Amino acid sequence: MSSPTEGRTLTYGEAVFEATQAEMRRDPKVFVMGQGVDDARGMFGTTLGLQKEFGPERNFDVPLAEDAMTGIGIGAALMGMRPIQVHQRMDFVLLCMNQIVNMAAKMSYMFSGAHHVPMVIRAIIGRSWGQGAQHSQAFHSYFMHIPGLRVVAPTTPHDAKGCLITAIRDNNPVIMIEHRMLHNVKGVVPTESYEIPYGKARVLSPGKDITIVGISHMALECVRAKHLLEAANIDAEVIDPVSLSPLDAETIAKSVERTGRLLVVDTGWLSCGASSEILSEVFERIGARRPFVAKRLGYLPTPCPTTKILENLYYPSPQSIAEAAYQLTRGADAPVWKAGKVDSNEVAEFRGPF
Amino acid sequence: MEERTNNPAARLYRSMYLIRRVEEEIIRLYPTDKIKSPVHLSIGQEAVSAAVCDHLEPTDILFGTYRGHALYLAKGGNVPRMMAELYGKVDGCARGKAGSMHLVDPSVGMMGTSAVVATGISNAVGAALALKMQKSKAIVVCFFGEGSTDEGAWHESMNFASLKKLPILFVCENNFFAIYSHVKDRLAGPGLQARSEAYGIPAEHVEDHEPMKLHERAGAALAAVRRGEGPRFIECMTYRWRDHVGPTEDRIHKYRPDAELDAKIENDNLKIVGSLLPDELRKLIEAEEEKRIADAIAFAEASTFPEDREIYDHVFAN
Ligand SMILES: Cc1ncc(C[n+]2csc(CCOP(=O)(O)OP(=O)(O)O)c2C)c(N)n1
Repeated sequence: MSSPTEGRTLTYGEAVFEATQAEMRRDPKVFVMGQGVDDARGMFGTTLGLQKEFGPERNFDVPLAEDAMTGIGIGAALMGMRPIQVHQRMDFVLLCMNQIVNMAAKMSYMFSGAHHVPMVIRAIIGRSWGQGAQHSQAFHSYFMHIPGLRVVAPTTPHDAKGCLITAIRDNNPVIMIEHRMLHNVKGVVPTESYEIPYGKARVLSPGKDITIVGISHMALECVRAKHLLEAANIDAEVIDPVSLSPLDAETIAKSVERTGRLLVVDTGWLSCGASSEILSEVFERIGARRPFVAKRLGYLPTPCPTTKILENLYYPSPQSIAEAAYQLTRGADAPVWKAGKVDSNEVAEFRGPF
Repeated sequence: MEERTNNPAARLYRSMYLIRRVEEEIIRLYPTDKIKSPVHLSIGQEAVSAAVCDHLEPTDILFGTYRGHALYLAKGGNVPRMMAELYGKVDGCARGKAGSMHLVDPSVGMMGTSAVVATGISNAVGAALALKMQKSKAIVVCFFGEGSTDEGAWHESMNFASLKKLPILFVCENNFFAIYSHVKDRLAGPGLQARSEAYGIPAEHVEDHEPMKLHERAGAALAAVRRGEGPRFIECMTYRWRDHVGPTEDRIHKYRPDAELDAKIENDNLKIVGSLLPDELRKLIEAEEEKRIADAIAFAEASTFPEDREIYDHVFAN
């Protein structure tokens, strides 16, 4: 899997745009439909200018009708088109669930390969500035539950571009999870097109004492936690699953086999979540021969409160991640260790309103 | 003050003035980052909430959307508690858990607003069903933007409300835009009045800049609902002056002509209603409302943030 360290930098949003533009140039069947995909903000910049280049037939606004629009995308995909649909909050994708689960995910199997649904659904997780209970939810685990759906949650601009290209070229429905806090994050992105394969996790930073898995935006927070842990002489390995379904449990399990410790940090709730899945998969692989300690962190088991003071408690932070990792590594009886402070700039600087 | 209670223009002016000024204060305060909430302002649209809610009792039930400041205020929602909510403080109407998008005040029938488009509409119809089952005299009013009528849930709810002859007034605030998407790019066919009538719901359409006519037509529609004649629908043409979300203007996005917005601002409904009042009365109303607003902001400033442990409160009802 390509992983450049130097070269041109782009923001995550620009990388998503570049992948879309390149694929639309390559394949006239690719088109983008969604609320606001042609407007002046262009989905946080990710669709800006597509209509100018490709015309309103291949980049168009739709009525506020998520259920039917999903079905319409599926219908077009059944006829060989390759729609990309965008939802500026994953919360709204709940309105699409029937079509995604009962139709898109079933077409290939139910009709024994007679049909396929090459469709990409981009779903953005919101956070901060009072997004509150209905504009900050993360439902990636709902999709991971469903056979016939692929789910990717790239963290870096590089992986965002490659994952989207893979998704667009795939003949199956793909849910691409983006986090609002990631759109302005910068990273090295090659100019040429490349695919990021499904089911390959990325070791963001190697280490020997504990394996920390961070999903989507939480992978960034985990890298920060790794730096905090250096002060306590703990060398953490940070892994970004990138692809959630299929999941590369093998890479994570191998790491845990070495470290004997696993902390999974999700950008979502814990119960029946991606973190539970990762932990079970690792246990099934190595649990019998390699005892290990484990913990999960994620959103607190409440809806998201809007007031900042409570919202700060709701999300895992580099500090809370580092402190949890410390405890796992040194044991519950070790004296309490307080992690240093580090700013998560993309969160601290976010002014909303959206 | 006798004059005031018998004078709908005075009541409307008070309500619209309060809404306008509260939102102007939100704009003023926003750069301080004390209000960390995505605000969807109703400046320019005040007349709709004020005109409809003037006919309502506190026992009447109101459903609305994230663009809910105007509704909350027009229905008589507690102003200090609204400001405290925007500040994320513990004395807010939802103790800081709602923010701007989910204002709630059950004591005056203001049900909490939803930020997922059209999701409150079927709940409103359900509330009307309950009122009918309970043989209540109260009625339901359901506000939404024209964008909501794109959603299947609106159509399904209209059908059911008509089928069961439920006591509900549907109020569509047609401000032409869903974010930056124009209604003509989303709505096919002969329009919302015709669509409503197709569901067997008598409907009317009221142009912008006729606040007193809107007041009169809303009154007539509500009277019909109260008489048990089943649902009614009003499409109120209106215009949002500010950005879809946030405190600023949005001319830079060029999705609507500056001249269109300028004409709307020029023809301000608040001024239209104000001009119907004697100067002295108008000034008195303004002074009283200014005091309420200043007090509300002071209340919000003085209030504290919730304790950490509150994060777990109310996940389930007791
Ligand atoms: C189901 C759903 N889809 C999309 C959105 C994003 N969104 C928020 S407000 C809005 C526009 C709604 O327009 P309208 O109903 O006309 O109300 P207005 O904002 O003009 O008051 C959209 C698309 C949402 N909140 N919920």
